[in-house]
Amino acid sequence: MRLRLLLAPVVCVLAALASCARAPAPVAFIADGKPEHLSDWHLLDVSGGRLVPNAGVLPYDLVTPLFSDYAHKLRTVWMPAGQSAKYSADKAFEFPVGTILSKTFYYPRAASGGSDAVLKTYDAEPGSPAAGIDLARVRLVETRLLVRRADGWTVLPYVWNADQSEAELERTGDEKALDLVDAQGHGQKFTYVVPNENQCASCHVTNLKSGEFTPLGPKARNLNRPLAYVDGTENQIARWMRAGFLTGVPAGELPRAADWRDAQTPIAERARTYLDVNCAHCHQTGGTAGNTSLRLDALGPADWSLGLCKPSVAAGKGTGDRIQDIVPGKPDESILPFRLASTEGGVMMPELGRSTVHQQGVQLIRDWIAAMPGHCQTGSL
Amino acid sequence: MQSFRPFHTTVGPILAAAALAALGALGGCGKSASDSNVRVGDLPVDTDFAKKLQGELLDAKPGSVIEIPTGRYHLDRGLSLRVNGVTIRGAGMAQTILSFRNQTSGPEGLLAQASDFRIEGLTIEDTKGDALKINSGENITIRDVRVRWTDGPKTTNGAYGLYPVKTKNVLIENSQSFGAADAGIYVGQSRNVVVRGCRAEQNVAGIEIENTIDADVHDNVATGNTGGILVFNMPNLSQPGHSTRVFHNKVDANNLGNFGAKGTAVASVPAGSGVVVNSNSLVEIFDNDVTDNVTANVIVSSYFSTGYFNTKGVQPNYDPYPRGIYVHDNRFAGGGDSPDGMDLKVLKTAMFGINGRFPDVLWDGYSDAARANVTEERICVDATASGVLDADGPHKYKSPHLVTDAVRCKLAPLSAVTLAPPVAGPATSAAASASSV
Repeated sequence: MRLRLLLAPVVCVLAALASCARAPAPVAFIADGKPEHLSDWHLLDVSGGRLVPNAGVLPYDLVTPLFSDYAHKLRTVWMPAGQSAKYSADKAFEFPVGTILSKTFYYPRAASGGSDAVLKTYDAEPGSPAAGIDLARVRLVETRLLVRRADGWTVLPYVWNADQSEAELERTGDEKALDLVDAQGHGQKFTYVVPNENQCASCHVTNLKSGEFTPLGPKARNLNRPLAYVDGTENQIARWMRAGFLTGVPAGELPRAADWRDAQTPIAERARTYLDVNCAHCHQTGGTAGNTSLRLDALGPADWSLGLCKPSVAAGKGTGDRIQDIVPGKPDESILPFRLASTEGGVMMPELGRSTVHQQGVQLIRDWIAAMPGHCQTGSL
Repeated sequence: MQSFRPFHTTVGPILAAAALAALGALGGCGKSASDSNVRVGDLPVDTDFAKKLQGELLDAKPGSVIEIPTGRYHLDRGLSLRVNGVTIRGAGMAQTILSFRNQTSGPEGLLAQASDFRIEGLTIEDTKGDALKINSGENITIRDVRVRWTDGPKTTNGAYGLYPVKTKNVLIENSQSFGAADAGIYVGQSRNVVVRGCRAEQNVAGIEIENTIDADVHDNVATGNTGGILVFNMPNLSQPGHSTRVFHNKVDANNLGNFGAKGTAVASVPAGSGVVVNSNSLVEIFDNDVTDNVTANVIVSSYFSTGYFNTKGVQPNYDPYPRGIYVHDNRFAGGGDSPDGMDLKVLKTAMFGINGRFPDVLWDGYSDAARANVTEERICVDATASGVLDADGPHKYKSPHLVTDAVRCKLAPLSAVTLAPPVAGPATSAAASASSV
């Protein structure tokens, strides 16, 4: 709380230096309705050729993020003055009414090619997200808001216009034709799909029975890492506490998710975290994919429910003529990497949120399976 | 294998007329519909229509009726509903057609996660994944809905046609499925279910009841599938199923070559299977016309026979035995004369000769020896079936033998399923608001 008051002037000064002319209006929590423009919230400010979090809006990043067609993401959190989230060790924090979480999906532009040519690079780039995004160098696609209102979380998908000056609400989603250009200069055309509100729910409603939305990223273990803020580098949980955004954090060591790219971390931990982040919003007890009994959350047991030797249930052509989800030592005989490596509807997993294959993610899962001991003996009794 | 009749050659002129009507109603999409062979999926994607319809689904309130008028509409993104108490109503399965050919996202045609849901009077076709999936919900009515894959049976078709899963109080009535790569009409992990007056054709499984408690499957036609009507229990799921009545159905010539992807439960079903019970309990099969299913008119089997069992991947408390199976008072004719797969062919020829046939009921022979004396858990088959063959699966088919007389027993009839009355039926509710897309 005290820090947030301290921080705000710093950001104001920076903003004033950059654009001089005006101080952006403060963040507006809109308690109901569906505002048509992202700018109605005054959460992110377009000025001086940059997209910058407004005063009091804290950027954050995750240890292991969800794969979304190689999009980069600027994530922010904001809470009304005097309000804070309650810490949880394994679930999403309990956020107060008034909380606004945002996630802006963007791509660095490719050096050549049209406005649809974007770079195929990974998220979690070095640099400070707090300084915002240089609009001349990126293609903005969409900004999704999760707003905690009195009756629960509301999702609002905003799609950026061509000159990147405003994003408009598109409740029924949208599609953008993009061309992913890799390090060798090879292009790969694909359709970026902006989800509709219900599709947002298919990940953010993790319990079908309650039907309640929940944030997915801001969990203790996935936030527990340092981030470069405008005023220096700090652990995110420590910063959230100092900013007055988080209370109830226990003393001592906090849980930390494995970084899926960190070769120093055992592969099983990285693979389980990768599955947790990319699959477990559906594949958990009570989740949308609960009917499959495949449970991919990091906390579940490493037995048949994780897919070990588990025969498929409702995969249809998604089996790829394979019998079991995971056959130890045999990634080519396992259904799981086959579905991760597909882009065909009805085969590919996750079902939503990607139109391309995350090659390094698939490799991670394949390596994990290849290193597993044991076997599955089919047959009777 | 029977050949699937491409529907557009038979209904081409109707298609063109309807396409014109649809284009006119929605302001025109620019493409000429003069080609009488044009399929819905060959029409341009109607983005405005799709956005409007999805918008209606987002804005729906309990009691809303979303009407989709006569027309053929091409969509490329799956639709979804999350609001309870909504009715989606087309102008009839031949009048309102939603095509998802070349679908880019979904993967379902329509995914509903809602209770007190009713859908009627439309066709959903050529979805990449399941055509109509209802994931968790109570009081579900699917009536006069057709799903189909217009290229005919293909492994790359969507898995399930009509697909309520983890639902309660479900009525599927006067509906149809053609070409599903798994099961045409499939009810999974549900409770209190009635499937009646439906037609399933050219699917791997015509109608499948899986891990479901209390289901009545009656007055349906299952023909030209790989397997006609299946009652299965798979391992690892939220509940084991029991108590299904299969009666007064026509289960004829389900002899289509199995085109399910390997690894799916139905891929283990031999072509030419009429009614198949696998590892389920308390199944009563009576008053059906079961004819000309060339492997066997009725198969009673265990998960052990699917080839998918392994001790690591299957929950230890899974019960793989069929128990309390009662087959009586059916009308059987033909069938059993050309079983699918080398093992069964050899078995048939060895026991009944080159021109002979299996008896009407084929049992793989797996049973729970520890409970052999529990009378309610027996398999009982009456004399309306020509006989019962125990294939001796547990001993690798070494000593197959007829057990016709040994299973001439009776079991208590199962009680009928009573569906809970609809909660303030949306169609009659005074508060109902109808919106037309």
